[in-house]
Amino acid sequence: MQPDDLILRLQQKDEKAFERLYTLYSQSIFGVINSVLHDTEASEEVLQDVFIKVWDNCDSYSSKKGRFFTWLLNIARNAAIDKTRSKSFKNQKKNLTQEYFVDIIESKNSFSNKMDAIGISKYIKTLGEECKKVINLLFFKGYTQKEASEELSIPLGTIKTRNRLCLNKLREILVE
Amino acid sequence: MNIQEYINSGILELYVYGALSPQESEEVSKVLKQYPEVETEVSEIEEALKSLASAAAPYNPEEMLAAIKAKLNSHGGIVQMHPTSINKRARIISFISVAASLIFLVGIFVLLNRTNNLRQELRVVEAKNAIMQTKVDDSENSLNQAKTILAVIRDPKVTKVPLAGQQVAPDAYVNVFWDKENNKAYIDALGLPEPPQGMVYQVWSLKLDPLTPTSMGLLEDFSNNENKVFSFDNPNESQAFGITLEPAGGSETPTMDQLYTLGVVTNNA
Repeated sequence: MQPDDLILRLQQKDEKAFERLYTLYSQSIFGVINSVLHDTEASEEVLQDVFIKVWDNCDSYSSKKGRFFTWLLNIARNAAIDKTRSKSFKNQKKNLTQEYFVDIIESKNSFSNKMDAIGISKYIKTLGEECKKVINLLFFKGYTQKEASEELSIPLGTIKTRNRLCLNKLREILVE
Repeated sequence: MNIQEYINSGILELYVYGALSPQESEEVSKVLKQYPEVETEVSEIEEALKSLASAAAPYNPEEMLAAIKAKLNSHGGIVQMHPTSINKRARIISFISVAASLIFLVGIFVLLNRTNNLRQELRVVEAKNAIMQTKVDDSENSLNQAKTILAVIRDPKVTKVPLAGQQVAPDAYVNVFWDKENNKAYIDALGLPEPPQGMVYQVWSLKLDPLTPTSMGLLEDFSNNENKVFSFDNPNESQAFGITLEPAGGSETPTMDQLYTLGVVTNNA
């Protein structure tokens, strides 16, 4: 269930509600940003900017349009992509096309939640190459179905179901 | 609607990703409110994705919250509390800037206009000045001429030769002031009538025995010469001076029946 009451209080500029929503969503949003930037320091900057934007623009969220998490995702992905275009970031000459979330998770030693850590590591190991790419583009990079189908040469009609199968495995592992 | 089929289509995953169009998303939101099992499914997808994304975070950023909250407050928290006041203020500010630009433009037009008027006035004044200057120059000229004439008349070395009116013009008279030293002769022709159209007076230096006329020149532009004083070079050993009326441009020899004035140099010796 989505914390609708917290969101409503956020929209009334309740700082306590902001704190609780930050606790609920900040780490996953931080992960999304980091999977775009592959740079801890830059990701920290962007995460701050994103949550300031959340505070400033929370009025523009409506549950009619979609999930609060989706709204956060859009802000975070856009901010992270803007950052990759910034001069200071380009100067670091990051090669962003090679890596994606899988590399970050595989190369990570410490997880804050042990249960998740075991599950996710297991999941990544069993995940097919195509699933990794589909999830990377649609979830982490914010591609549309059409863009993902063109990028991966998968027919547009099968993107949806393929993606569901990829995510179902993750859900099974996490429930175990 | 077959809910299980709807769920299995994979549309809910795309809904959480934000990969659907705004219209598609709004439709899913409606379905989600109608069917609790769809809501449950979406929540589960969301939780799984949050776990996956969290795994990609460098660490749990709990400790950054304080810094972010500090920025919220330094970010003008009080103003942010009243979004309408921002709008009102923004509207006032944009109104002021539009008004300011309009005033600025009007000001520029007024200034341009005024500059043009001033330039016009300056041109008129300059023209008036030029006319005044010409008048001053003219007066100065005629004063200088008068001075010169006076100096000639007063000069004891200058010989005055009065020429008397002849048959065609008995009332005419002319004075010749002859400066022998400088070979100059000044003709004071105030006593001559205006020459008819196409005719001109011609001045002759005469030797009497035998009568030999030498042309000294024409009284050109007679009517426009205010003083009616004309100056000529006269290197001749003149014994007398005569003035005849000749066709425009003058003649080789004087037309004797049009002799207007004649006078003999008396103190020639």
